[in-house]
Amino acid sequence: MTSLTPWLTSAPNPWLSRQYLEQGRSQLLTALEQHVTITVVAVLAGIVFSLPLALLARRSSWLETLVLGATGVAYTVPSLALFALLVPLTGYTETTAEIALATYSLVILVRNTVTGLALVEPEVLEAARGMGMGRARRLVRIELPLALPSIIAGVRVATVSTISLLTIAAYVGTGGFGQLIDQGFRADYRAQVVTACLCCVLLALVADGLLLLAQRLLTPWVRQAVPR
Amino acid sequence: MMPTTLWGWLTWTDPVSGVTARLLEHLAYTGAAVGLACVIGLPLGIVLGHSGKGGQLAVALAGIGRAIPTLGVIVLFAVSPLGTGFGAIALALALFALPPILTNAYVGIGEVDRSVVEAAGGMGMTSGQVLRRIELPLAVPLIAAGIRSAVLQVLATATLAAAVGGGGLGRFLIDGLGSQDTAQLEAGAILVAGVALVIELLLGLVQRRIDPVRRSRSQARSVAPQPAGPAVDR
Repeated sequence: MTSLTPWLTSAPNPWLSRQYLEQGRSQLLTALEQHVTITVVAVLAGIVFSLPLALLARRSSWLETLVLGATGVAYTVPSLALFALLVPLTGYTETTAEIALATYSLVILVRNTVTGLALVEPEVLEAARGMGMGRARRLVRIELPLALPSIIAGVRVATVSTISLLTIAAYVGTGGFGQLIDQGFRADYRAQVVTACLCCVLLALVADGLLLLAQRLLTPWVRQAVPR
Repeated sequence: MMPTTLWGWLTWTDPVSGVTARLLEHLAYTGAAVGLACVIGLPLGIVLGHSGKGGQLAVALAGIGRAIPTLGVIVLFAVSPLGTGFGAIALALALFALPPILTNAYVGIGEVDRSVVEAAGGMGMTSGQVLRRIELPLAVPLIAAGIRSAVLQVLATATLAAAVGGGGLGRFLIDGLGSQDTAQLEAGAILVAGVALVIELLLGLVQRRIDPVRRSRSQARSVAPQPAGPAVDR
């Protein structure tokens, strides 16, 4: 690599350096662990809170307008502003990042769950009712499985977005790759900035790929990828 | 004297670092970035959509765009010879405006009902006439939606200009967070959120206004559904 791209890896202040990969190994691994943990918690919280909201939204058209409108407003607030709004309440902690990122995930997931549930054909529900299924069983056995492709598509978007947005939470004291990017900027250390950015993109792509795999396994009847 | 209260920050009128000056910087970044992305993305998306080529590219671009951390790109520009001047920051922001504009232009043109296009061709319209009189008017709703997404994306991302020493409303947030100045960061959050909400509302109204085929809007949506989640990254 060195012979192919000397300008990338030559001193001073190279864009990529083996030295950083060796010295920064432990801080990169720590950042990876933090990034993954915070993302998983935020997306899981988003999933948990989105389901009741989605079920509420489909009760009537005005409730749908209300729920989608209110969550849409939250989504319009830029992340740095949302983090800052939470700081007086939750301080410079991971909780601040978690609340904001879970909120964004929730917005994406509510929309996709509402869309997914609306796509279930009425004939199918009619048949389930005819078989004597109650409301709760229809939801768990018929509607949610049929809405699953749309829900998982939402989980993919939410996960990739969360991984990217989490870098910004460095300014409210959260760890992860954002912290390394910011430190690298302050120290004018290009190799650290580039490596942390690449790790972040790689993590997003790997997470997306794993979720796509999960979708194929969980919903084998869906041949075509659902539109994202 | 720097303000010490929330109201003091919200009404600060310093010519360099007051609210009006920062707001104008913020809007200038956004305008330059979205303008640049339109100049590149609209013709490219329209030509690709018209010829039906490059669909994979447009979809891949939308997907990869989301995976790239906005902060990372702005900092990468900052540590490169491009630096942190107005042009460099506008260019970095334009990269995030490009995917929604290009993809929506491509999808908007490409998803126009083929039977309509064929009928127009059968009536003797040239390829250019079909594009101008049929495809473009029908694609306007999606193209407008793409530009709207891009504007909101850039408005949000422009707050990060302050993280590398640039201007804009993000200054109040970054400085407030850096010095644990609650009044300043709250003022910044209110201003940034307020601007985003107001512009979202205004663009929604404009989008409804300029739609030349209002009746077919619902139809256009069903043909070319918006991405399942909101297309914007905050």
